[in-house]
Amino acid sequence: MPAQPISKESTRGGSADNAIEVRNLHVRYGTREILHGVNFEVPSGETLVIMGGSGCGKSTLLRTLVGLERPSEGEIWIHGKNFAGMSGAERDELRKKMGMSFQSGALFGSMTVGENVALPLREHTPLDESTIDIVVRLKLDQVGLSGFENYMPAQLSGGMKKRAAIARALAMDPEILFFDEPSAGLDPIIAAGIDELILKLKKAFRITILVVTHELASAFLIADRMILLDKGVVVAKGTPDEVRQNNAPRVRQFLDRVAEPELAAEIDYLQMLTGEDPPQRR
Amino acid sequence: MSFTEHIGEATIGGLAYVGSLARLAGGAARAVFIEPFRGRPLRWTRAIHQAMSVGVEAIPIVSLIAFFVGLILALQGAYELRQLGAMQLVASAVAISMTRELGPLMTAIMVIGRSGSAFAAEIGTMKVNEEIDALETMALEPVRFLVAPKFLAMILMMPCLTTWADFMGVLGGGLFGVSNAGFTWGTYFHATLDALVQRDIISGLIKSVMFGLVITAVGCREGFSTGLGSEQVGRSTTSAVVKSIFFVIAVDLVFTALFYFTAPLK
Repeated sequence: MPAQPISKESTRGGSADNAIEVRNLHVRYGTREILHGVNFEVPSGETLVIMGGSGCGKSTLLRTLVGLERPSEGEIWIHGKNFAGMSGAERDELRKKMGMSFQSGALFGSMTVGENVALPLREHTPLDESTIDIVVRLKLDQVGLSGFENYMPAQLSGGMKKRAAIARALAMDPEILFFDEPSAGLDPIIAAGIDELILKLKKAFRITILVVTHELASAFLIADRMILLDKGVVVAKGTPDEVRQNNAPRVRQFLDRVAEPELAAEIDYLQMLTGEDPPQRR
Repeated sequence: MSFTEHIGEATIGGLAYVGSLARLAGGAARAVFIEPFRGRPLRWTRAIHQAMSVGVEAIPIVSLIAFFVGLILALQGAYELRQLGAMQLVASAVAISMTRELGPLMTAIMVIGRSGSAFAAEIGTMKVNEEIDALETMALEPVRFLVAPKFLAMILMMPCLTTWADFMGVLGGGLFGVSNAGFTWGTYFHATLDALVQRDIISGLIKSVMFGLVITAVGCREGFSTGLGSEQVGRSTTSAVVKSIFFVIAVDLVFTALFYFTAPLK
């Protein structure tokens, strides 16, 4: 189906105070709508945590914010520019100011850790090799991986891979940093280390940080603001304290870790994913 | 769904697939031939690395296969020519079938097995590990970054490998010619050179470039369309090999027909 026209010239541009403004965002895969009108904003320099259970659309939201998915409707304003309505070259310019740390790290397996961090610098900046070398060492130092330049990603542990990926995301001195499940698959001690690293980056660089996670402890630790997604809509929004005091049943269920009644039927599962009426069976 | 609907759907699907190959090859060609002049250099070291693995490392196996194929052609040809008492035509039969057809084709099949599958596996693994997404978020275009060096390596290396395969095939035919058809190596090579016209070699080389283009496009296309999960990488690799062989033979047919109908009469 054709995508809804996304107006490039909106009536009001995003506020310059907000690093990210998302308005009425709808995203669909084929006929399935995943996000049904999401609204939120992230003021510059703040950390927003997006929480939600599996299949709530939080990963889709993140993928849309970094431009890996196209919204079917709605607007994404990044530093006052309409990201969703941009052409390829403009988007790439804006992307250079955004860093993304993927769930699996997504380091390039054929390159060393140092080359991974150097890659965006080599491709996008006129810096000479010796300067790049210094920047790479600096970035690895910031994430606590000094001396690991020449290791291959496969030789690193899970936590170190995440750190290396964060170093790569920091390479271009981004204004906004995105994290997809930073502590997924890590033991609690290593995960706490990653949380600390995020807090350190936040203090040191005052960059805008957006984290998608379902780890409650880490979410409340790093967030300035948080939103809770459920079935593709925002069910709670605010500071960690405000969210903690929210009494909506779905919010309480998530925060108090109440088990979902088990899903027995495929149809319930589809409904949970889409939030729509189940498709007609053939 | 009715039978005609099935045919229609399959036709549209097939055309869409060919369209996606053309788009990929077009994007790669752009990155190789146009973008470097607009200040977006190609990754030359990567292209050289690819050329090594696509071309240089394939020499032993291509040599061996081409030698055998040349020998087989000589044996099969001689079986018929013997009855006509025209054994001296073995040299030209081998030369013409190698340069026009089997040199490029056998090389392409070897390269599909070695490199087309490797392209699909490499890109497929990167897809599964979110590395393709990572490239995009770093404002690096996957086609320019990954496909273009492979594309350049392939269109340069395929004609080189094919030329070498042609030579090895002639050598294979020569072994039979010298041992069983009364040639010496000198007379065999003379007979070969007399039989060949420039057009034979050039038409084979044009085909080989087209094959290289097809193998790169199909291998990379299958890699990019890898689904989630590592078992999907195996599926894309298999599918890259099968589809590449099909498309190479289809392209071969088209070009052979084109050369046939445009050929001047001897």
